[in-house]
Amino acid sequence: MKKFVFASLVASMFVAPMTQAADYVIDTQGAHAFVQFKVSHLGYSWLHGRFNTFSGTFSYDDKDLAASKIQLEIDTKSVDSNHAERDKHLRSADFLNVDKHDKATFVSSKVVAKDGANFDLMGKFTLNGVTKEITIAATKTGEGKDPWGGYRAGFEGKTSINLSDYGIKNILGPASETVQLDLVVEGVRK
Amino acid sequence: MPLNNLDPQNTEPQVTTPERYHGFSIFMHWLMVPLVLGLFSVGFWMVDLTYYSAWYKTAPHYHKSVGILLAVLLLLRLIVLFKKRKPAPIVTHSKAVQGVSKLTHALLYMLLVIIVMSGYLISTADNRGIEVFNWFVVPGFGEFFEQQADRAGLVHQWLAYSLIGLVVLHALGALKHHFVDKDATLKRMWWTKSNNSTEEKL
Repeated sequence: MKKFVFASLVASMFVAPMTQAADYVIDTQGAHAFVQFKVSHLGYSWLHGRFNTFSGTFSYDDKDLAASKIQLEIDTKSVDSNHAERDKHLRSADFLNVDKHDKATFVSSKVVAKDGANFDLMGKFTLNGVTKEITIAATKTGEGKDPWGGYRAGFEGKTSINLSDYGIKNILGPASETVQLDLVVEGVRK
Repeated sequence: MPLNNLDPQNTEPQVTTPERYHGFSIFMHWLMVPLVLGLFSVGFWMVDLTYYSAWYKTAPHYHKSVGILLAVLLLLRLIVLFKKRKPAPIVTHSKAVQGVSKLTHALLYMLLVIIVMSGYLISTADNRGIEVFNWFVVPGFGEFFEQQADRAGLVHQWLAYSLIGLVVLHALGALKHHFVDKDATLKRMWWTKSNNSTEEKL
């Protein structure tokens, strides 16, 4: 998987100059990006959590949206649901199995424009060593110069995954089978 | 309770080794038997409880509560252990047996201390305190090192297995001395006077 991510990165370096797409680094340095999830608790309420450590890049072209791409690598050990005992359980083999698979990745393969600022981001999502095609419903939230001499573009994305699709046995009850993922991505142009 | 039987030894300035352990140590020793075995059994069982088990929340709560009490008792026990004179090794025991016994005892104490400490570190890694039977809360002080809950958890688990292994060795040793060698090893950890106490003092 790493090789694939690397290969796509290398590929994007060569492809980028041919299109007008600009390359961005996701601003994890300044923590203007978030990988969050929410899952039902007992069917009564929501549990929110996030991954604190991740990195990624994207290229984005306003004129040719289809040429845009993104790759994201998430350190699954960094799961944080604001409860150390629960996070320990989430990292265990019952859920994220981080001893075996300490990375989750998303590599886009296709971007389909929808109305306005909305688009569908399709690609391969790898979690717990299992790779599946997913579609992220994404929206461009804005772009422009920042006050410090840089240029930024921001996006939001939502998708949902089923635990059992990724080899994670759902022990939390039927309402908790589907996990919603919320991505907030702000990139700084390279 | 014949605690006062033992006290004269403390008031005597001369160096006389007591024939058995201090009454408080004996009490603590036998109190910790059900506590440690209970904590281990509950700990072993509770980690595999399903989310919908009625015990899912209560078993860890009791495990932690009793664990904190054990930590307090352990502290008191260690203070008494270091303050009060211990009985001399039994002369009929070979140097090897004496050495192994000493090592086992030291390891038992060390493991108990590290296990309660690591248990504390699991539950308090996020600054949450530990509620002891809803009587009071032991405050948490957050993360002292990366991945604290996970690492402390591994230590807690594997040292608990090691402890129980040593406890078995310890108990088998004591029973062997009592029933096979018929010496005073086990009697020194009980309050009643042993028959051959005068011989041992010599």
